[in-house]
Amino acid sequence: MIKRNNNLDKNKTINRRLFILGTAKAGLLGLITSRLYNLQISEKKKYELLSDKNRFREWKTPPKRGVITDFYNNVIADNKRVYQVHLSLDETKDFNNSIFKLKNIINLSDDELSKIYEKKQKIKPWDTIVVSENLSWEKFSKLNLYLHEIEGAKPVLSTSRYYPYSNDLVHIVGYVGDASPDDIIKNEKIEKNFVPGLKVGKIGIENSTDQILIGNYGIKRYEVNSSGKKIREISYKKETQGENLRTTIDLEAQKLAQKLLENKAGSICAMDIYSGEIIAMASSPTYDPNKFTYGINKKDWNEIKNNKLRPLVNKSIAGLYSPGSTIKPLVALAALEYGIINPNLKIKCKGHDHPYELYGQKYHCWKKNGHGIMSLRNAIKQSCDIYFYEVARLLGVDRLSIIAKRYGLGSKVLENIFSEEKKGLVPSTKWKKQVLEQSWYLGETVITGIGQGYIQTTPLQLCLMTAQLANGGFKIKPNIIYNSNFNYEEILSKIESEKNKPSKANILKDKNINLYEKLYKNPKNIKIVLDAMYGSTNEQFGTSYRSRHVDKKYRYAGKTGTSQVRRITDEDRELDLDTSEIEYKNRDHALFVAFAPYDKPKYAISVLVEHGGSGSKAAAPLANKLIKKIIDRDKDREIKRKELKII
Amino acid sequence: MIYSTLNSNYSFVDKLKSVDYFLIFLVLLIGAISVFSIHSTESGDFSFYTKNHLIRLIAFFSLFLALSFVRVSTWYRHAYIFYLFGLLLLLLVIFFGISASGSKRWINLFVFNLQPSELMKIAVIVCFARYYHRIQSTDIESYKYLLQPIILLLIPCYLVITQPDLGTAILIAGSGIAIIWLAGLNIKYFIYSGLLLLVSLPFIISILKPYQKSRILTFFNPERDPLGAGYQIIQSKIAIGSGGMHGKGFLQGTQSYLEFLPEKHTDFIFTLFSEEFGFIGSILLIFLYALLIYRIIKIGFSCRSFFAKLYCFGFSTALFLYVFVNIAMVVGLLPIVGAPLPIMSYGGSSMLSIMIGLSIVMSCKIYSQEIISN
Repeated sequence: MIKRNNNLDKNKTINRRLFILGTAKAGLLGLITSRLYNLQISEKKKYELLSDKNRFREWKTPPKRGVITDFYNNVIADNKRVYQVHLSLDETKDFNNSIFKLKNIINLSDDELSKIYEKKQKIKPWDTIVVSENLSWEKFSKLNLYLHEIEGAKPVLSTSRYYPYSNDLVHIVGYVGDASPDDIIKNEKIEKNFVPGLKVGKIGIENSTDQILIGNYGIKRYEVNSSGKKIREISYKKETQGENLRTTIDLEAQKLAQKLLENKAGSICAMDIYSGEIIAMASSPTYDPNKFTYGINKKDWNEIKNNKLRPLVNKSIAGLYSPGSTIKPLVALAALEYGIINPNLKIKCKGHDHPYELYGQKYHCWKKNGHGIMSLRNAIKQSCDIYFYEVARLLGVDRLSIIAKRYGLGSKVLENIFSEEKKGLVPSTKWKKQVLEQSWYLGETVITGIGQGYIQTTPLQLCLMTAQLANGGFKIKPNIIYNSNFNYEEILSKIESEKNKPSKANILKDKNINLYEKLYKNPKNIKIVLDAMYGSTNEQFGTSYRSRHVDKKYRYAGKTGTSQVRRITDEDRELDLDTSEIEYKNRDHALFVAFAPYDKPKYAISVLVEHGGSGSKAAAPLANKLIKKIIDRDKDREIKRKELKII
Repeated sequence: MIYSTLNSNYSFVDKLKSVDYFLIFLVLLIGAISVFSIHSTESGDFSFYTKNHLIRLIAFFSLFLALSFVRVSTWYRHAYIFYLFGLLLLLLVIFFGISASGSKRWINLFVFNLQPSELMKIAVIVCFARYYHRIQSTDIESYKYLLQPIILLLIPCYLVITQPDLGTAILIAGSGIAIIWLAGLNIKYFIYSGLLLLVSLPFIISILKPYQKSRILTFFNPERDPLGAGYQIIQSKIAIGSGGMHGKGFLQGTQSYLEFLPEKHTDFIFTLFSEEFGFIGSILLIFLYALLIYRIIKIGFSCRSFFAKLYCFGFSTALFLYVFVNIAMVVGLLPIVGAPLPIMSYGGSSMLSIMIGLSIVMSCKIYSQEIISN
């Protein structure tokens, strides 16, 4: 009975206890349910986002750069197909092993190898490393043969910048390279579009027009697993290529100009005297921009850097030279405009025995035996120094300075396109006081009259000066990038109507002149100067007579210049050595400026040969050849211009 | 009560008649779900894990059916031997055990690696059911009967904790305590020991292993080490939460497919299931477990012997604990302690012990009218 009671008791207890447990269980299940509700229903959005963040990763793809062409659509900066090998780090278990195998197959140098290890430090463990950016077809096909043995290696067809006329245009077009931190900070467009592997312009047009050329990057969205391995592509927003760019350069003229300067150091510039379009702008020596695309190797770099003729300097815009006698037409114009002299002023040049004297200081003409009695036209034609010493003395440096600046000297010609462009220097008394804190000496005025002394110009400035004289004395705006809004006829008619307007009252004061307005006071003065330049080239005793064109079609007018690079001593004068007998660095720079055709001027040209000797021997013959080429192509240019307007 | 006199002479047909087919159906259903879930952890491949899991399920399910026909009295008689056998195996682990990821829990049986602590979970319940079967309700609170079960419980728990395997130790202790509770020990003892536990908590924490400590700290703030200790729980919550109401669909669970989810075939199988089948699927699965537990309790009510009753109630409570601890763990309600989800999780020992446990329940059902004398 006790046992029975006991059992009943136990059963009662167990049931009661079970009931309590059951209640607790129900409570706990409720807890779990509410937690699940909270996670899966209330906060679903949050966790969905987190899950997507886990599984999607975006890779940016670099855009294709816009193509640069010359005026005639010849591509001068292109995108070329290249063979590359990439290594996906997420698929490479043994990095060292894969790199070692690659090294043997595609012959990586130790230099390249250390660069790869350096790169690897900087990137994320799921990123891709570019092992070789530009493989030859042979190496690429060899790689494909052994590909299965190299974990993570991927052959990739990519595009890269290619300059088909490598050396001929490097100073204009420039080159590209990997974006440096500095590039990214400076240029907003680069910052916005930065993608590993993006190439940006380092110099030249490539650099100044990055904004237009770069384009927009693409986005590839991949599903990835927890170790970052790509599982599949989800979406691909294609990158957009940068806009194409047309320059005003004529490839044929440019190639010839560059060829004419072969084995010399110097510059040739050619410009349309109305539109300001630069037809050619050669600088020599040059170098191959294609070498810079993947980072230039040390040997090539040293070769370029250590070249005494300084290939890295764009001599047309960043080389500063005394203009020498090429400034004489401008000095003459200034003196006429200010009414200091009349064209019939006669001065006698008596040779080295009787030099020009000023306060005991002697100034010699370049011609040993003297020119005899000179008028203004003859003095320009035969480039008599004595005549211009006197004219400069009468004119004064400050008035010369106003006119020189007005015609394009002393300021940047292309402004923002080339970061390395130089302003040059047009001296004045005020300048000397402010900068050198010294008074101006009259002797300095005298030598400025023959383009020596403080005055410094770039070859492109001289070309612009000649253009603005040749077009009848109107202000133009030089440019190297083609502007489709540009209307040639409109410019011509603007200038034509400007001609008939009366000159402004204080035109001879130092003041700004607007585009296509007249730069002169009296058009007769311009005519006098241009006529004298005609004589210089096309008449006997003219300094560039030997380089003239007989055919009227090509006939041009010019002015030679020979600028000293050091002071000529009496001893030198005594020796009177031929150019070839003087040490290279002491030889004079040869200069020449010209415009053509004479009857109906259209183009201006400037030639500079560093240490070339005299302008008439070294510079003028080059101009002869280029002028022929440019005039021969003039018709094509007109046709192309019309074509572009129609498009 | 005609059967009572015939309790040793059941005919086979009688036995078959009294089998709980609904219970078998529930086990099979959860088993089937588990196979599909494991299949999904392999991204829809029928390979290593799925194959192994399926083979084990079939083998141990057959064992469950076979053992169901063992008499309850036989289990009763061999309860202590079962317990001692479990202890022996735990001791063997110390000397011949296999180590994996820093803990020594398994014995190599060539066919599979046995984890004795899993068997111990059942052995403790059987042992305690027998222990309390014979004690008079008036005697329960005497010191002798109070101390004996505590010792019986502490020995295996200690052995398991030192493996180390905190999760299983807690589950063993939990099942044991559940039976003591059901046997009718005065509530005050539970309150006292609860208070004692609370007071000694700082001490317990101080002797925990560094990784266990970090797990507890991580539980309170998973973001303190999102790629280390907090990784599992963060990724698990992301998986469950992103499943939403309907889930991402079978084989579509990105968190598991893309390998963000750790331990997805074992402790985190519920996470995977929940990611793919959402809130609705999860609730249904929990409901199936609840039905299973309810069914076992129901069998317990039908049993004549106190042993069988106590065992059924005890086992149902243990089963609830396993399910609750596992799910609470993966949804971030409890620290990650390493507890498998019964039947669903990949793992032979866990499956074996659950099937043995269920077979005893079934035998309680078949031999429900059997009277066990002291």
